[in-house]
Amino acid sequence: MKGMKTHRDHPLWLAYALHRFSGLALAIFLPAHLYVLSLALTDPARLDGFLHWADLPLVKLAEFGLVFLLAAHMLGGLRLLALEFLPWSGPQKSLAASVLAGAFLISGLFFLRAI
Amino acid sequence: MTAMRKITPSEDATGTTPVLRVSVWRGTAEGGAYEEFEVPQQDNQTILDVVSWIQQYADPTLTYRFACRVGMCGSCAMMVNGKPRWTCRTHVKKVTEGGALTIAPLRNLPVIKDLAADMDPFFDKWVKAGGHHHPSASRHDPMPVITSETPGRVEANAGIECINCSVCYASCDTVAGNPDYLGPAALQRAWTLYNDAKEADREAVLDRVSGAGGCHNCHSQGSCTLYCPNELDPLSAIAGLKRASAKRFFKGGR
Repeated sequence: MKGMKTHRDHPLWLAYALHRFSGLALAIFLPAHLYVLSLALTDPARLDGFLHWADLPLVKLAEFGLVFLLAAHMLGGLRLLALEFLPWSGPQKSLAASVLAGAFLISGLFFLRAI
Repeated sequence: MTAMRKITPSEDATGTTPVLRVSVWRGTAEGGAYEEFEVPQQDNQTILDVVSWIQQYADPTLTYRFACRVGMCGSCAMMVNGKPRWTCRTHVKKVTEGGALTIAPLRNLPVIKDLAADMDPFFDKWVKAGGHHHPSASRHDPMPVITSETPGRVEANAGIECINCSVCYASCDTVAGNPDYLGPAALQRAWTLYNDAKEADREAVLDRVSGAGGCHNCHSQGSCTLYCPNELDPLSAIAGLKRASAKRFFKGGR
């Protein structure tokens, strides 16, 4: 039984798992996010203290995680919409994916030149 | 494959044929456990051959189900090394891991005994999804001519070779999480009926599969399409039902 594969180890299931995980994580984050925003109205001094804390490098790093979750969840949703609402044939899907990859490559190159 | 195969101790010592170490699930709905068997390995051998060998030479009380042995009847599906397979057409060499096999009854279904799963829930849902033809004409009417190039017919033809083996049903985690979910096979059947020009009430087909437990429960995990032994595509069929019922909803329908 050790190291046994399951019916789950394939890309579509992993995409589902990532979508579900990122959604749950964002849902847990959202109340904290809204609470901090509400401090702007109720307790500006505490908000300033929090924003100062948020400048710590470790917190900045965690924010990358948040952006990743958001991007993964949004792209996952777009993926589902395309999968279910665009009845494309296999070759059409491959073409769309390669066009997307090409666009990402080009925009990524410009982005790298900018920084 | 030969180069990668480990030489088992029995082959090393006596020069006899290599053996497969096979864990077979034994028990009933009340519970059970895996039992180990050693089965002679052959050059050409299916999982069903292995199970039959155990029943004929090691333990005649082993219960399992099969009929045609050639991938037509859909009765011999089991979990093999964690994945649902039609055992009569799954070669041992393709799925064995270091000479070891783990064979269990199909997932998501009650167990009758040992490797025989109770298929009733699977077929009940087939009926619940309205999986039979409702005629739109009698034998006295002229037969409508529908060519195989008609778009609806192309869609329907893509799904009609289902052998009801329940491999998709066993692979689906949505079924595992929601006992009321109709499952890939029943929904794919409904999609073929929805695209059948001779179906009497195609809106009724959508009604049956778009409510609770219907097509919108699907999370598009895609295991059904990946494991379907007949290489059908229930994932796309269910997506078709989602599109059709969503379109109807936004047009102000039901």
